[in-house]
Amino acid sequence: MLGVCLRGAHATVRKNCVRSPLTPLQSYRCYSTSRSSGASRVVALGLVTVGGGVGGTLLYSKWDPKFRAAVEKNVPYSDWLLGLALGPAPEDARLPVRKQVRSGGEHLFTRKCKECHKHADVSETAAVASAEPLKERPVDEVTARLVQQDQEEEKLLASLSSRLEDSLASSAKATLQAIGAQEVALQAVTQHTRKLKDAMEAEAPSDEKSTQWKELEAALAERTAAVKDATTTLSKANEALEGLKSVINQAKGQKVAAARPLILAAEENLHQMVVDLDKVVSKVRSAESEAKVVSQYTELVNEAKQQFQREVSSLTPEIQANWKGLTGKLSVDDLNALIAHAHRRIDQLNRELAEQRVREQIHIEAALEQQKVEDHKVLDAAVTTAMGHVKEEARLNLEQKLAELREVMEAEMRTQLRRQAAAHTDHVRDVLKVQEQELRAEAEQVLNSKILDQETRYRQLTQEQLDNFTLDMNAAYARLKGIEEAIDSHAVAEETAREAHQLWLSVEALSYALKSAGADSPSMPLEDAAEAVRASCHDDFCSALASALPQESLQRGVYSEASLRARFNALRSLARRVALIDESRNSLYQYFLSYLQAALLFEDQQEAPPSQLSGADLDPFKLLSYASYCLEHGDLELAAKLVNQLRGEARRVVEDWLTEARLTLETRQVVSLLSAYANAAGLGTTQAP
Amino acid sequence: MADEYGRKWDRCLADTAVKTATGLGVGIVLSVLLFKRRMWPVSFGSGLGLGMGYSNCQHDFRSPYLIHGHTVKVNA
Repeated sequence: MLGVCLRGAHATVRKNCVRSPLTPLQSYRCYSTSRSSGASRVVALGLVTVGGGVGGTLLYSKWDPKFRAAVEKNVPYSDWLLGLALGPAPEDARLPVRKQVRSGGEHLFTRKCKECHKHADVSETAAVASAEPLKERPVDEVTARLVQQDQEEEKLLASLSSRLEDSLASSAKATLQAIGAQEVALQAVTQHTRKLKDAMEAEAPSDEKSTQWKELEAALAERTAAVKDATTTLSKANEALEGLKSVINQAKGQKVAAARPLILAAEENLHQMVVDLDKVVSKVRSAESEAKVVSQYTELVNEAKQQFQREVSSLTPEIQANWKGLTGKLSVDDLNALIAHAHRRIDQLNRELAEQRVREQIHIEAALEQQKVEDHKVLDAAVTTAMGHVKEEARLNLEQKLAELREVMEAEMRTQLRRQAAAHTDHVRDVLKVQEQELRAEAEQVLNSKILDQETRYRQLTQEQLDNFTLDMNAAYARLKGIEEAIDSHAVAEETAREAHQLWLSVEALSYALKSAGADSPSMPLEDAAEAVRASCHDDFCSALASALPQESLQRGVYSEASLRARFNALRSLARRVALIDESRNSLYQYFLSYLQAALLFEDQQEAPPSQLSGADLDPFKLLSYASYCLEHGDLELAAKLVNQLRGEARRVVEDWLTEARLTLETRQVVSLLSAYANAAGLGTTQAP
Repeated sequence: MADEYGRKWDRCLADTAVKTATGLGVGIVLSVLLFKRRMWPVSFGSGLGLGMGYSNCQHDFRSPYLIHGHTVKVNA
């Protein structure tokens, strides 16, 4: 594009400049101005392109962070530029989401964990708080405490039970007494009533009547006495029962578990006694009410009788009470008056009777009403007492059932506790077993280590003794050996001297064989000489060296240095000619150029090689001159090294020569080593006279 | 190895000469026979021959390890 622009610029220049013949300066100016307009266009276009590119890169890197990262990595200083333009690289765009997620998860976890931590904390604090006072008390203290507690309980129980029993006994006695008294009273009342009835109804003669009345009075007195006695005993029994109730309540208040059945039994007894008492009392009351009725009746009858008596006495004052015996003493008037009175009385009574009959219904109704009311009252009283009894019974049943349930629960709890205790004992047993094992292992370890120490010390001591003894023995033995060896070595030394001489001679023969190389022909094959050397070799070094001679030299022989030198001179020109040809695909044109170069380039025939070859020294011409110098000065090795640096076609050309040179060098090296070795061996074995 | 180089050059030149001559000849013949004694077949033929020889030479120099075989007739 730039070329096009330039061409365009040139075209414009030519157009502008062709208009009028211009001086070089003007043309230059014109050239420059048109060039400047074209150049300004170019510059503007370039700026626009660059700006567009930069802006596009910025926008895209803002949108795509990966692109931004790639740009920053590849273009230097772009990270600074992008940072300036867009702000820091949004690497954290990826992280906040993850952080949020992680934090959310953590938050959840922490919340959950907070709850569990709270629980744990609460329980912990509770445990800690309760752990403070719940330090494990020593066993003795615990047992003492337990024993004390048991004793206290027993005492309490004993006292309670004794009290209960006492009160029960007393109340039972009182109740029995009361019941007995009530029964006696009942008996007395019924007897009295019966006697009264008999007395009323029976028309016995007077003396029997009087005895009857006396009996009646006695019965009445008995009855009153019995009733009084009964009331007192009843009150006493009630008192005793109240006392029992209070004792029972007290016992309940103390809440001793073992006393509950006792309490329950006492309550039952109490209830029973109360019930019995009430029954007997009700019986007595009914009997009393009956007696009241009878007594009322007797009173009425007595009243009537007395009235009649009064009436009769008012009529006939002379007549005494016993008027039934007065049959002959009365006059006719008296009799008539009496009959008239009697008739009048009869009329009156008839009238009263009629009146009574009329008022019968009303009286009966009133009486019924009264009776109903009385019955109601009695019924209510009976109902309340019965209810009370039933309630009491129900409560007692409940209490009994509760007691039973409690016992069952207690038994269950005891079994669970027993189970827990068993589990605890098992666990403790296991832990103890583990501990025992650990302790045993530890003790054994300690024991073993101590034993080991002792053993090592013992062994050390014995070893020392042995060593000392061995040292002495070794010293004596060594001395003996030394003497023997000195004697042997003399013989050996003579032998080695002879061998060394032999070796030296064979090596000399080998080196002489090397020298037999002609001007252009190789030396004689070194096989025989090498064989001789091998024969006279008696150690590995020598035999290794002898076998290190290259095969070619053994079979064909090696060229001498002079022949190699001559050959090199011939090769040099050839190498110079193909110096430009390298290993790539060269055309004939290259060959032509290489020939030209060789013809035109002149270098020193011989140049001293530097100690270190630099890059410029690897030029083939230079190398060849170095190699010539070396060869002229007899340093075949260095020459070969330098020639080895040739590359390409030149190298191929001198390959043969190089192989020959290597061969010669190898052989010469081996031979020199062998001769050095032979000399050394000879020197070593030679004894100064 | 150096001798091989000289031998290669000999072979190459001989081959090129032969090919050029052959091309020239063929060109002359064709020019005379078919193309109304124009110049271009001659130059074309000689150029062809020269080019072939050059190419062969180059190929020979480029493949230095290729051994050229010789057929040896054995008189039965």
